[in-house]
Amino acid sequence: MSAAETSAGTVTLRAEGGVARRQAWSRASRWILLGATVLGLVVLVILGIDNAIVGIPSLDWDFLANYPSRFAERAGIRSSILGSVWVLVFTVIFAIPVAVGAAVWMEEFAPRNAILTTVRLNIANLAGVPSIIYGILGLAVFVRLLEFGPSILAGALTLALMILPMTVITSVEAINQVAPSIREGSLALGATRWQTVWHHVLPGAMPGIMTGTILAVARAAGETAALIMIGAFTFIAFDPSLSFGGLLDSFTTLPIQVYNWTIRPQPEFRANAAAGIIVLMIAVIGLNALALVVRDRLRRT
Amino acid sequence: MSIRVRSTAPTDEQARAALRGRPAAEHKPSENVARPEGEVAFSIADLNLWYGAKQALTRVGLDIPRKQVTALIGPSGCGKSTLIRCLNRMNDLIPGVTIEGSVSYRNADIYGSDVDPVEVRRRIGMVFQKPNPFPKSIYDNVAFGARVNGFRGNVDDLVESSLQRAALWDEVKDDLKKSGLALSGGQQQRLCIARALANNPDVILMDEPCSALDPIATLKIEDLMRELATDYTIVVVTHNMQQAARVSDYTAFMLTDEEITGQLIEYAPTETMFTQPADQRTEDYISGRFG
Repeated sequence: MSAAETSAGTVTLRAEGGVARRQAWSRASRWILLGATVLGLVVLVILGIDNAIVGIPSLDWDFLANYPSRFAERAGIRSSILGSVWVLVFTVIFAIPVAVGAAVWMEEFAPRNAILTTVRLNIANLAGVPSIIYGILGLAVFVRLLEFGPSILAGALTLALMILPMTVITSVEAINQVAPSIREGSLALGATRWQTVWHHVLPGAMPGIMTGTILAVARAAGETAALIMIGAFTFIAFDPSLSFGGLLDSFTTLPIQVYNWTIRPQPEFRANAAAGIIVLMIAVIGLNALALVVRDRLRRT
Repeated sequence: MSIRVRSTAPTDEQARAALRGRPAAEHKPSENVARPEGEVAFSIADLNLWYGAKQALTRVGLDIPRKQVTALIGPSGCGKSTLIRCLNRMNDLIPGVTIEGSVSYRNADIYGSDVDPVEVRRRIGMVFQKPNPFPKSIYDNVAFGARVNGFRGNVDDLVESSLQRAALWDEVKDDLKKSGLALSGGQQQRLCIARALANNPDVILMDEPCSALDPIATLKIEDLMRELATDYTIVVVTHNMQQAARVSDYTAFMLTDEEITGQLIEYAPTETMFTQPADQRTEDYISGRFG
């Protein structure tokens, strides 16, 4: 009752007392929250501009098309782009079927008991494990034990392990979004659990699974530590060969190349590193944009 | 799935021990349960059901006639939806369900050890409270059951005849490719009925099929139920007594009171039930004094 009675039957509806205070706080909170958003953006923009000033002069067709070189002006990122693409393609091929399979099992088939809860909790924990740990695991298991060497195969398997927890979690979420009434409808028609999953749950969950996958790939695209750990080279002067044997070729990726250039003393290499960062950022932003588009497209239909 | 199913009344020591300490076990089933004339579709005897430790049905027993409409009525929480979901083993899908007693369909024990719930559900179709068409085309909605069941025949014809039987064909025949979700609520529900009919079931269970629909759509579904009853056994859960009176041949009244959850109070031909109820509680409910 903040509206003061002025005369019989007439009220004023201006904010007074408690309402005025609450409204002032509400208006203030808007600016505080805007500030939080701007702070994050400003740092990113400054970094981006600073990087662009250093990197853009080096960014030309030769930079994209050349192999690395010990002369900064001739060095390029051809082999690291191809290496990145190759490793990421196989990362997706290895990780997605396993992630979706695990998510479907947990949501549709697993008994709801303490073991399942433990498994879920541990997958969430795995998503927080530093990538260098996955690198050590990859080195021990894929490079040494299975003797894949520091190859595209070992790199892709390591990155697949790294993005697996995140992809499982997003797939579980996506499967959860499918209405239970759809499952009931399908089962009531005499469909088996698998038929229900195949015809209704997976198509319904697909936008979420795709979005999660693309975001995970964007993360893998920028990964350095795990790949350095398994011994990815930085000086690769050939294209990965398009064969199964080519999977065992050594490789480099864009972030590794950038890292390598930044630790060199010559300023020309720093410029190359900045140019590499620009390419990498465009690729990652492109992937994120693709995730948005895919989600929108599939949601609409 | 943690389901424990006993297909007959417990006779062994262990089962008796399990029942001890449950006041519901001493509950005497109602005597006002009519035996329907003619062929029986479902025979339910001494049916108890628990969700975890919570009892939802207590010693329910009745026979549901073939090719007639049987209505289950009662206030919320009386167990009528639980009971209908026992008839096609949809309760199996809920973790922690325990079922005791027997449900047989044309002399086959639905909870028998050699019974596959998928086969049960293929023969005993179901329509739900909220229309739940698949987010696919109208055609694919109707064809789905046939496809998963390995139907060998002309799917186009099946889709047409099913939609016709569900009184939806004339409204959708020109846009079978349209999404099922684009239809109105009443049309969606008839699509779900068509989808169930395409499986060529013997029985159609309807769990409050009109509660999400407007009066005109409701009337259409009710007409359809009467029409379908010439070929199919129909069991319908409703909290609308007028609906039960309009469409059903037999009516079962269920109730949950302070002590006993999910008991069958009275079961009789619908006309008898609504004109001369045998139990005071039935009379109170149908005359609108509670519920």
